[in-house]
Amino acid sequence: MRNRDSPEGRWFSQVGIFAAAVGALGCRPDPPPVSVDEAAWQRRLADALHLVLSADREVYTSQVVNRLQNQEKVINASEHWADDKALPLPAQMFRMGAEQVRAKTKSFTYALVSLSPINKQNRPRTEVESRGLTALAESPGQNYYAEEVLARARYLTAIYPDRAVSEACVTCHNDHPDSPRRDFELGDVMGGIVIRVARP
Amino acid sequence: MTAWPRRFVYGLLFCLPVVFLGLRYQRGEEAAFLPGRTSDGHHQIESQCSLCHDPFGGAKDEACLECHGPSLKARQDTHAPEKFEDPARSAQVALVDARSCVPCHREHRAEARLRGSVTVPTTFCIDCHSEIRQDSPSHAEFSDSGCASAGCHNYHDNRALYRNFLAKDRGSPRLRADPRVPTRTSAFEPRPTPEPDLPLPFGPDRKSRDGDQGPGWKGDLLTAIMEWSRSAHAREGVNCTGCHQRPSGPSGSAPGAVWTWAVEDTTCASCHRDERLGFRNGKHGMRLTAGLAPMSPGLARAPMKKEGSSRTLGCTSCHGVHQFDRALAAVSACEGCHNDEHTRSYRASGHFTAWLRELRQEAPPGSGVSCATCHLPRFAVPEEHARAGRSAGQSSQHKGIRVEHNQNGNLRPNDRMWREVCTHCHGASFSLAALVDAGLVAGNFHGQPSPALTSMDLVEKEERNEKPRQP
Repeated sequence: MRNRDSPEGRWFSQVGIFAAAVGALGCRPDPPPVSVDEAAWQRRLADALHLVLSADREVYTSQVVNRLQNQEKVINASEHWADDKALPLPAQMFRMGAEQVRAKTKSFTYALVSLSPINKQNRPRTEVESRGLTALAESPGQNYYAEEVLARARYLTAIYPDRAVSEACVTCHNDHPDSPRRDFELGDVMGGIVIRVARP
Repeated sequence: MTAWPRRFVYGLLFCLPVVFLGLRYQRGEEAAFLPGRTSDGHHQIESQCSLCHDPFGGAKDEACLECHGPSLKARQDTHAPEKFEDPARSAQVALVDARSCVPCHREHRAEARLRGSVTVPTTFCIDCHSEIRQDSPSHAEFSDSGCASAGCHNYHDNRALYRNFLAKDRGSPRLRADPRVPTRTSAFEPRPTPEPDLPLPFGPDRKSRDGDQGPGWKGDLLTAIMEWSRSAHAREGVNCTGCHQRPSGPSGSAPGAVWTWAVEDTTCASCHRDERLGFRNGKHGMRLTAGLAPMSPGLARAPMKKEGSSRTLGCTSCHGVHQFDRALAAVSACEGCHNDEHTRSYRASGHFTAWLRELRQEAPPGSGVSCATCHLPRFAVPEEHARAGRSAGQSSQHKGIRVEHNQNGNLRPNDRMWREVCTHCHGASFSLAALVDAGLVAGNFHGQPSPALTSMDLVEKEERNEKPRQP
């Protein structure tokens, strides 16, 4: 019988432990598949979230920013709203809300992304986002849904078209010095609202 | 060696250090367990491990944010953790986990510190902003490690360094036409001084009834009264009992009041709440916040004068015991302890000349530049803040210009000071160039800044080239 304290014995022990660990990892069960009902429910949840988000976004853009800045000329909206004593831009308003939600829950997130963003941090960052925005540009009336795995977590990722709903959107994006695209018209898809619902 | 003696020796080797360290821990000597030199920002509180660490749980972000959170929020943190909670950023987070403080600010790792308390390489910005050269042609020639150079970008606070803010000050002169900082308003809301309901502890001959060696009595009464009579306290009607009288028991538990010679900082805070809060947030008062004995110059890492190194820091250590002379607190009090080149050079600077002219009333209020002008900057308290404070019963909260008593708040990165202080008197190009000139800062701005490329130069270049910057 091999002496357990000999170098060979220790080597065998280490190999044994390693093999057992690999075996244990390999034998762990796969995550349960998402049932059809659950997938449908998550999609409905994403759609409902989008309804609320897009309604608030449209109201802020048209009834606050466009009315006060472009029509009644009471107050401007500015990227540097705190220093300029101005209204936050609609995209900033949206992002601030998204960041507050992220600080409170990981069960869902939302963001604004675009293929031609003024703020370059709003570029698509994942393969699904890129594919989704391209699909929205090609079929503006459609939403885009996909399964996504990010940092070992699974998500239902839904991307909805974000349109230029008022003159304020068009003029700002066409005139901003950092804007990569300057031919937007009212009603154009300017980007997408990405909603991710975490899957168990 | 046979088995038992060997086991005894090894057992002793194990037990002795455990017992020794255990006793030190029991005696509160937690500093003995420090795994490495703490950063300059934390060395004052290094003996209180539990302030930052949970037992066996490591350092928590919550502990960092308890002290630094309000400042980060007020300064509109450019890289707040919630920005990185977006799952789409998981690839970036894998490179630098910016959701947490510790990956970039590893404490007890002196060898890893690169700038201040930052322990990540200066190239880490590029991990996320790799396309900056394509997005911004003016940055095409810059090195990966130059993003956080003084006067360019900061990770947390970029309020003074964004293009539009700088562009507004384009072409501004070295010295503005009316170089003045805002003049502070009264530091408290006047309130009636309590009527003395006990015999004062001194008689008509101004001799202490307790005798000159009475509890807490340290000086000459006549001098104290003369100093007080020239103070803002006297002008506002805050007399002896305003500070030296305290309730005889816990609030409402006992009638009457007792005289106290020693006045705690908490008494000052009953009117000067914001000032005490600022003081306790900075290096002068952070030990008090941590529940430790007050800071003293002898504990500092920065160069200090040997004389008086054992004095302790509180309200009266800078403001005096009865005179409460702001001019004294603004310069002489600082010079009484600090002994670095910047402090020693102050009296040769143009700033000191301007300060003397203001003191002699040859120049308008706010035109002089004392130590406090830059390190304890004025800030406006908005009306809504004042209203909230009043409704909460915080008498010191009111609209006006106040003095920030956290003297570290605008030190690093030093362009914070530019936005809060320098810009009142100096144009952006001049002051940004001055702040990146380390020699000029050390010499207390005696001279002119060396030519340097600053953010302002880039803004001017971009404005000249005009837009669009994108294809």
